Amino acid sequence: MATRASRWAARLLGWAGLMTLLLAAAPAPAADVSNDDCLACHSDKSLTTKRGVRTVSLFVDGKRFSGSVHSALSCTSCHADLEGKDLPHATPLARVECGTCHSDEQKQHSHSLHGKAIARGDPLAPHCVDCHGNHDILPVKDKNSAVAPLKVPFVCGRCHREGTPVQANRKIEQHNILENYSESIHGEALFKKGLVVAANCVSCHTPHNILPHTDPNSSINRRNIAATCTKCHAQIEEVHRKTIRGTLWEKEAHVLPACVDCHQPHKVRNVFYTQGMADADCMRCHSDQHLKASDGRNLFVQVTDVAGSRHAKVACSQCHSEVNASRVRPCETITHPVDCGRCHEEVAQQYQRSKHGQLLAASDSNAPTCRECHGTHHVLGKHDPQSVTFPTNVPNLCGRCHREGKKAALRYTGDQHEIIPHYNESIHGKGLLKSGLTVTATCTNCHTAHMVLPRSDPQSTVNPKNLPATCGVCHHGIQEQFVESVHSATVTKTDKELPVCNDCHTAHSIRRTDEAGFKLEIMDKCGRCHEEIAKTYFDTYHGKVSRLGYTKTAKCYDCHGAHDIQRVTDPRSHLSRANVVATCQKCHANATRRFAGYLTHATHHDPKKYPFLFWTFWGMTTLLLSTFVLGGLHTLLWLPKALEMRRELRAEEAREEAEASGLARGQGDPAGEDGNHAH
Amino acid sequence: MPTDLELHTLETQPLQPALERRRAPRPEREFVRFTRLQRALHACMIVSFLSLATTGLTLKFSYTGWAVLLSRLLGGFQTAGYIHRTAAVLMFGVFSTHLYNLYQLKKSEYKSWWALLFGPNTMLPTRQDLRQFLATMKWFLGRGPRPQYGRWTYWEKFDYFAVFWGIAIIGSTGLTLWFPVFFTRILPGQFLNVATIIHSDEALLATGFIFTVHFFNTHLRPEKFPMDTTVFTGHMPLAELKRDKPLEYEALVASGKLEAQLEEPQPEIVVRTIRAFAWIALSIGFSTVVWIIYAMLFAYR
Repeated sequence: MATRASRWAARLLGWAGLMTLLLAAAPAPAADVSNDDCLACHSDKSLTTKRGVRTVSLFVDGKRFSGSVHSALSCTSCHADLEGKDLPHATPLARVECGTCHSDEQKQHSHSLHGKAIARGDPLAPHCVDCHGNHDILPVKDKNSAVAPLKVPFVCGRCHREGTPVQANRKIEQHNILENYSESIHGEALFKKGLVVAANCVSCHTPHNILPHTDPNSSINRRNIAATCTKCHAQIEEVHRKTIRGTLWEKEAHVLPACVDCHQPHKVRNVFYTQGMADADCMRCHSDQHLKASDGRNLFVQVTDVAGSRHAKVACSQCHSEVNASRVRPCETITHPVDCGRCHEEVAQQYQRSKHGQLLAASDSNAPTCRECHGTHHVLGKHDPQSVTFPTNVPNLCGRCHREGKKAALRYTGDQHEIIPHYNESIHGKGLLKSGLTVTATCTNCHTAHMVLPRSDPQSTVNPKNLPATCGVCHHGIQEQFVESVHSATVTKTDKELPVCNDCHTAHSIRRTDEAGFKLEIMDKCGRCHEEIAKTYFDTYHGKVSRLGYTKTAKCYDCHGAHDIQRVTDPRSHLSRANVVATCQKCHANATRRFAGYLTHATHHDPKKYPFLFWTFWGMTTLLLSTFVLGGLHTLLWLPKALEMRRELRAEEAREEAEASGLARGQGDPAGEDGNHAH
Repeated sequence: MPTDLELHTLETQPLQPALERRRAPRPEREFVRFTRLQRALHACMIVSFLSLATTGLTLKFSYTGWAVLLSRLLGGFQTAGYIHRTAAVLMFGVFSTHLYNLYQLKKSEYKSWWALLFGPNTMLPTRQDLRQFLATMKWFLGRGPRPQYGRWTYWEKFDYFAVFWGIAIIGSTGLTLWFPVFFTRILPGQFLNVATIIHSDEALLATGFIFTVHFFNTHLRPEKFPMDTTVFTGHMPLAELKRDKPLEYEALVASGKLEAQLEEPQPEIVVRTIRAFAWIALSIGFSTVVWIIYAMLFAYR
């Protein structure tokens, strides 16, 4: 309060004084405005003005100004619009034109993308003051200068770092620029080693002539980049002699790789490319077929392997990065195996989270590393039919370990067996191997290539929670139906385990659903949870003929739907009152509502639910039992009498026979033959 | 009994007991018990009944491995279904032919339904049947002599009407199940469930009864063992007629119609073919009984 009051008092006094002057010596000729005149007001630290909604301080530190590179100039040299004006002056003042003196820089800046942004009226575009400051500008060579080498990355970084409006709202193709730079070899040299000659932003981008890399005049355009880098790396052709054949680099920049093709703009690392090892240097030894390591490994490298691989353009030393060119045997400094993650960072991260990576971290001898699947020098892309990672080869690739009896199968304790043969016979396997459909799901489509996790892991793509989404990548329409169905966890909230794709379709032996095998097994699959209802299905006609192997009769899904199953009380259900007749009509054309009253899950064992069936059954059973009991009794009682009759008949027969033979003896042979014949 | 003596004079050789018929020289002439049509109908009935029973039971006992195997042997469930329905049509044919035959019989021999239905040879149960049943029970229990049976014994009449009852019940429910869409225009859908139970249980009763009681009554009775071929050949040895149907025999002799009903025996080849057929039918029947017992006792659900 006190300051405000005093400010008002000062102003009132000022105005009063001014009025007195004006009245006393009306239109006084404007005298040259001295710096002190300006500072009379602007040395007040509380002097502010409103620009838009912002309150801007108008304080000028006279002391710092007098120490600045512009100390010899008067205020009006820059604030030219105050030249000959009365004081106090009206606000606002025109923007200071640095170009009046610094015309070259001003010209470059106005052609640069920053200058063009200003011309467009981009509020984020930087003016001179945004980098250089205003009243306290120091010579560039001064280490306290706002644009001293050590400060440049932060000056640029004010706008060009993550989270700023520029990075977020303007089209900037690079990310984490400041962060990457500070970790790069240039950034480390500058910040950690304090080498002020190390390249900073302006070394490559120029201070004022900043142009997009697509601009042919840009210092970072492909054609110019070599020149830009060689400003410092003068002898760089020597190091790269094998790849770029000397001066070709600058002469034929359009055919040769630019520096940034290998050394990413802001991520330039020293560890990657130690002293530019050339492949031929390696091959001096490694072309020998009998080259052996001390532990007996063959160290021969077939040069055509690499030449025909995905890494044809990658030098040995880019992978075998610990080589040291200053040694006679540059490779003797190698202590670690090749780390593919240096380039394939994302994949390596996935791998580390995977079961394979976990095993490796636990130093398990069975753990597969990159090379187990991808090979070493002859790495081919997954789109190359010759590649072991080409879809048709993937089952065999995984089968190397996951086939029955192999190392992964031996340590596996789950319920999946004969995985590879089952897969090969499955609809996916047949699609892939017999029909040659390379878009068919292979191992990696479901299990992922690098983040393979066991089913029990919640992160796993084959975890029951994630499985519908995994299958839904290809079977999207099915997934859409399924997530709406009663079996979906999003619909039914229960502690019980809900079925997912593999519970009905199995994991590896997935069949066509129009095959007899699938049709006849589905009831048992549904019956695993719906035990009672499946049992009663088998008590009725549909179930009975299914048991006999008839596939055309109604199965669970014919009535309930396959993936869009709803409770029968749900209006969307195929069995709701509105839909049931149409559902029956799928097989029984002309079926009526009465027809739909047939009980497809009826049982005669339930007197409460189906009394009429229960009593019909027991009525019939009583009829049966009583008939059989009466018939059986009749028969049993008859049996002894019938046996008696048989005995009597036999006796009579014997008697007659005796008579006959007696007769025969009297008559002659023919009758005797008859008698023998009878026995 | 003079008639008996008279008859003996008709024969050139002494009568042989039924058991020895096969091996002994056959008697010259035999009593004709069944007409050609009746024999044909019985044969058709056997074919149709066995087909219906085996195909139908595969469905009833579909939960047994046997049913699955049999269904497959019959050419799969669909073929079994065709066989079942074809056999059913045959059965309806047999039934209606018999009814038509009765009508013709009435016209040619009996002149009136009354004579046919209430004459001495009627198939309808009579008071005499009741008396004979009671007398038979006494005989079974050793309290009296074997009754003198006529042309149709009471158990034969029972078998005959069992077919009527069976065709009415099994046939009607079977048609309902054959044409469910048509019948549910009138009947509620749940009637199909009821019809299923009635159809299958009644069929179980029919097969069970035929393959046990009927088989015993006519074929397995020790004095006829292993089979009685009368219904196939139509011929019955005269001695057997005298022993088993004394009342009919006496009536025939008394009316003098016996001579008219005697015929040369069937040729050897015919008899042999008939025996083969009968053996097959009997074996299928017995196997079915074993299967039913197995399914009911050991695999029932």
